[in-house]
Amino acid sequence: MRVRFRIWRQDNARVKGGFRDYEVDGLNEDMSLLEALDHLNEQLVLRDEKVVAFEYDCREGICGQCGVFVNGRAHGPHANMTTCQLHLRSFADGDTITIEPWRAAAFPVIKDLIVDRSAFDRIIRQGGYISAKTGTAPEANAIPVGKEVADRAMDAAACIGCGACVATCKNSSAALFTAAKINHLNTLPQGKPEQHRRVSDMVQQMEEEGFGHCSFTGACEVECPEGISVANIAEMNARYLKAKLFG
Amino acid sequence: MKKLNAKIPEGKLEEKWRNYQLRSKLINPANKKKLNVIVVGSGLSGAGAAATLAELGYDVQCFCYQDSARRAHSVAAQGGINAAKNYQHDGDSVWRMFYDTLKGGDFRSREANTYRLAELSAPLIDHFTQQGVPFAREYGGVLVNRSFGGVQVQRTFYARGQTGQQLLLAAYAQLYKMIRAEKVTMHTRTEMLDLVLVDGKARGIIARNLVTGEIQRYAADAVVLATGGYSRVFRLSTLAIGCNGSAIWKAHKRGALFAAPSFTQIHPTALPQSSEAQSKLTLMSESLRNDGRIWVPKRKDDPRRANDIPEDERDYYLERRYPSFGNLAPRDIASRAAKERIDAGHGVGRLKNAVYLDFRHAIERFGLDTIRDRYGNLFTMYRKITGVDAYREPMQISPAAHFSMGGLWVDYELMTTIPGLYAIGECNFSDHGANRLGANSLLQASVDGYFILPNTINNYLAAELGAEQITTDHPAFAEVEEEVRAHINRILNVNGHKTVDHFHRELGKVMWRECAMSRTRLGLERAIRQIESIREDFWSSVKVTGTGEELNPELEKALRLANFLELGLLMCTDALQREESCGAHFREEYQTEEGEALRVDEDYGYVSAWEYADGTFKLHREELHFEFVQPTVRSYK
Ligand SMILES: Cc1cc2nc3c(=O)[nH]c(=O)nc-3n(C[C@H](O)[C@H](O)[C@H](O)COP(=O)(O)OP(=O)(O)OC[C@H]3O[C@@H](n4cnc5c(N)ncnc54)[C@H](O)[C@@H]3O)c2cc1C
Ligand code: FES
Repeated sequence: MRVRFRIWRQDNARVKGGFRDYEVDGLNEDMSLLEALDHLNEQLVLRDEKVVAFEYDCREGICGQCGVFVNGRAHGPHANMTTCQLHLRSFADGDTITIEPWRAAAFPVIKDLIVDRSAFDRIIRQGGYISAKTGTAPEANAIPVGKEVADRAMDAAACIGCGACVATCKNSSAALFTAAKINHLNTLPQGKPEQHRRVSDMVQQMEEEGFGHCSFTGACEVECPEGISVANIAEMNARYLKAKLFG
Repeated sequence: MKKLNAKIPEGKLEEKWRNYQLRSKLINPANKKKLNVIVVGSGLSGAGAAATLAELGYDVQCFCYQDSARRAHSVAAQGGINAAKNYQHDGDSVWRMFYDTLKGGDFRSREANTYRLAELSAPLIDHFTQQGVPFAREYGGVLVNRSFGGVQVQRTFYARGQTGQQLLLAAYAQLYKMIRAEKVTMHTRTEMLDLVLVDGKARGIIARNLVTGEIQRYAADAVVLATGGYSRVFRLSTLAIGCNGSAIWKAHKRGALFAAPSFTQIHPTALPQSSEAQSKLTLMSESLRNDGRIWVPKRKDDPRRANDIPEDERDYYLERRYPSFGNLAPRDIASRAAKERIDAGHGVGRLKNAVYLDFRHAIERFGLDTIRDRYGNLFTMYRKITGVDAYREPMQISPAAHFSMGGLWVDYELMTTIPGLYAIGECNFSDHGANRLGANSLLQASVDGYFILPNTINNYLAAELGAEQITTDHPAFAEVEEEVRAHINRILNVNGHKTVDHFHRELGKVMWRECAMSRTRLGLERAIRQIESIREDFWSSVKVTGTGEELNPELEKALRLANFLELGLLMCTDALQREESCGAHFREEYQTEEGEALRVDEDYGYVSAWEYADGTFKLHREELHFEFVQPTVRSYK
């Protein structure tokens, strides 16, 4: 199988980038897209060129480190999938595959396809935790948590922090990411004592980082590898209001 | 060379950890502020340690190579975490869990460490629940358990198929809580390249900023390595692509003994390799073996599709060979049994390198909804990767390198043989012996980081309080930094004609062929020669483009591989020296008539701890004393 890659190349944040085309042969459809890029990189090395910098680690859809636009869509042509789970069988022989980094003001490009997503860590820093020192916990079954509640918390907690929600949003909003963490913790009894402070501080940080506002297009939910529902955002907004009223 | 002292506390097993804490030296909170600890790694063990040390008052600097602490490979653990809560009322206890773990490891770990692991498991579940981990619950609100391989009770706690993710995110959140409190400084995209010793004590690290390429010095009063497993030495494994052995290997070369390097767990249920270009093998959680049945066609090279093969022409070989544990036989045994069937010509799939994992009976018995509820996300993952619907036809699975039981030798305090250097989580050798039981590793990484290290490091640091302050201006830092720079330049200057991946593939093939599920003297001797020649070839013909002063993924890979090429040699040396079979270490020369592992306790009842001596390896032995249980023949029949 052969394809033409059109890949965004940019040396660092200070210089302008642009697309470059690469013809790659000797592929097969069982290869993942990232393996095809590995293959390209080996050829670039042998041609004495710098490799394409792109991100990955687990390559099984859970660490959230990979993530690029493939033919104009976050994580490629399928819904609810990470880039590392995308295989060449989703493309046809001879296709042109365009690959570019997440585009969002809050995610500046570091090099080629790699962006800086540390804004997400700073949102978590502002309250995406329960303040419980090691050694202070009560017996685990002392506080019952109904299955439905635990399941709802888990649905939100599944977020892998890849940033596809931001990248795909026309406003570059981080509402889905932020809401997922808030709802995970605020749903559980253990998270209740800090619920108001959590939602206020995290939302404030999200705004300071320069993410846009959510206008409920629902695009994020489609690209989210974990299928985290956009209903989380409405829930966060309600919690935010409550925090402002009672917090 | 100093004699290995594991520093096991006096007393009955149940009292050892308490006795230790009663006697260890304390540091008052005002003084803890003056002490600075480096934690390399922010996985479950590193993040837990960094957060807890910071809560206690120490000043912490934490490092990871990824863009965020949330990506550490702990995130990929699916199945669960064990704890002796006995919530299921099925006869579980700390003692039983201790015994299962010791036996699971084929009596090649310390009683005292293993007991402590079991003892601290129950409070750990309390801890994670309080931190907001959404563990699976019954309708009535209490926690649910399931079984994992090698045990007959239900003691595994889980959060859907994403347990590691949920535990890691909880630890990561606590880490960021302490970053907000300005007690931890986090260095992401920063890779430790060497260790700095001053007067024989660990006093800092040299690291590379992966974005700018800058070589940086960091000093501290103690250094904790929490860098995870090194099974990427096989290249194809269930680990993340960036997982490496660099930090522990450099520590080894600076004097830390390396224990049981060759003890590697090969997991029986990963997805089979489908092509040469493949970069990783995805794990399908062991929990699937609770309900899935493993089989191969009785007929060799059977061309029929799985669903067309009638019941009486299927060989459920685990149920046949191990009737009392069946599909839940421990991993080493299940992997070897799969290899045996595949080698005998019963393998399935395009490359005939897999066996079936079949849910048909479970679906008939419990209904589709129940199976979907239990394993839904694993089935989805399987479909995404293979394009196959496993609700309709069996999964194809195959053994893959998965976990390093071996690692830096540590004593009961988790200190290596270098004073002030600790190793926690998967990168140490401590609790799992020659084979780790499923769901015991998240546990070990967590208790090491949250509960044990924060209560042992004080015993060392108390004496460091009055010591002279070492800064990065100390000549030892300049010296090591110079060596690191020279090493990087040497790699960049080879300017040969082969890629880093080429060498990694070559190394991986040798390691997989000779140092994985079954090993022989001849094979290991051959492997050592082959790795030596791959290494020579690497240093004369590798090609890395780009420079050291920029983000350079090829350089990162090359630096890691240079260490793997040396570590691989030690692994083969270790496997060759140990002339017995135990746990995952199966030497074909030592097996029973039925093909089971044959341990030789009289000659090998010790932990092998290797010293690096100018390119060769010298063996030290830590004799294992079993005071409380008698090693038996490990049987799962
Ligand atoms: C696919 C898979 C599934 C698993 N499932 C289970 C399970 O169900 N139950 C169970 O108990 N165990 C399971 N395990 C094992 C378990 O997940 C690991 O053993 C455990 O999480 C390791 O934690 P850790 O903190 O030691 O290392 P990791 O989580 O791997 O963290 C390593 C850290 O070190 C950093 N690091 C590494 N090298 C350097 C360097 N040179 N410089 C700077 N930083 C560095 C990394 O950035 C990372 O932060 C599984 C393992 C795998 C691979
Ligand atoms: S590489 Fe981890 S999610 Fe894709």
